[in-house]
Amino acid sequence: MSGLRPVPDTDHQVITIDSNDDVVRARQLVRGLAQRCKLSLVDQTKLVTAASELARNTLVYGGGGVMRLGLVQRDGRTGVTAVFEDSGPGIPDVDQAMTDGWTSGGGLGLGLSGARRLVDDFTLETEVGSGTQIAVTKWAR
Amino acid sequence: MTERVPVLKIGDVLLVSIQVDLEDQIVLDLQEDLASRIVDSGARGVVIDITAVEIVDSFVGRMLATTAAISRMLDAETVVVGMRPAVAITLVELGLSLGGVRTALTLEKGLNLLARPGIDRPAQR
Repeated sequence: MSGLRPVPDTDHQVITIDSNDDVVRARQLVRGLAQRCKLSLVDQTKLVTAASELARNTLVYGGGGVMRLGLVQRDGRTGVTAVFEDSGPGIPDVDQAMTDGWTSGGGLGLGLSGARRLVDDFTLETEVGSGTQIAVTKWAR
Repeated sequence: MTERVPVLKIGDVLLVSIQVDLEDQIVLDLQEDLASRIVDSGARGVVIDITAVEIVDSFVGRMLATTAAISRMLDAETVVVGMRPAVAITLVELGLSLGGVRTALTLEKGLNLLARPGIDRPAQR
């Protein structure tokens, strides 16, 4: 998150992701903020879709966690950042997990790699046994 | 307690219009409902209207693809109608092009597609 600073006077939201309903709620919150940030409709859709993939990963692979959401600024531009954190098993092989089609569960294996393609900034920190944190940002054009 | 997406029957076509933000369990229920309704009704076609759907992620995308495959096995063709441009752009970038799923821009076009004797379907049985 270096170089990013929160936009003053805006609320940063934190929600827990412990059920399928929370995944829906996470999507709705991201959509609302993306609209406020005046992302284009396509960019909104991309960001919300990425958030949906990552929220589901948090739930299914991370055993639940939280999403932190807020507006950020860098170099005069405003963007929406969503950070997904879990205290799950972590990802042993990040390169493998980021490969299209690779899945440790029953999914399509497009969640991580697909989400990365849909956003402007993507950072992943993970430690086996302690959890995973993924931050995504989409900037207003 | 979870809601279910209604499956409507018009002639020999089943129509599903998705109007809610899809929670994963609703998606799974819908898939099962559709499979049993196809068999019970002998429907020859399924139209899934996603006009109101704002995002299709890999979970929902996979549901559309597997529903098409399941209904094909049960002798019904599936057409997905009403996809928004932003959804199409996002799906392709996500890596899901839904190769096995027939699409039409509107409900009317989708119904016409099913009414036509297709290449992959004998005209008479």
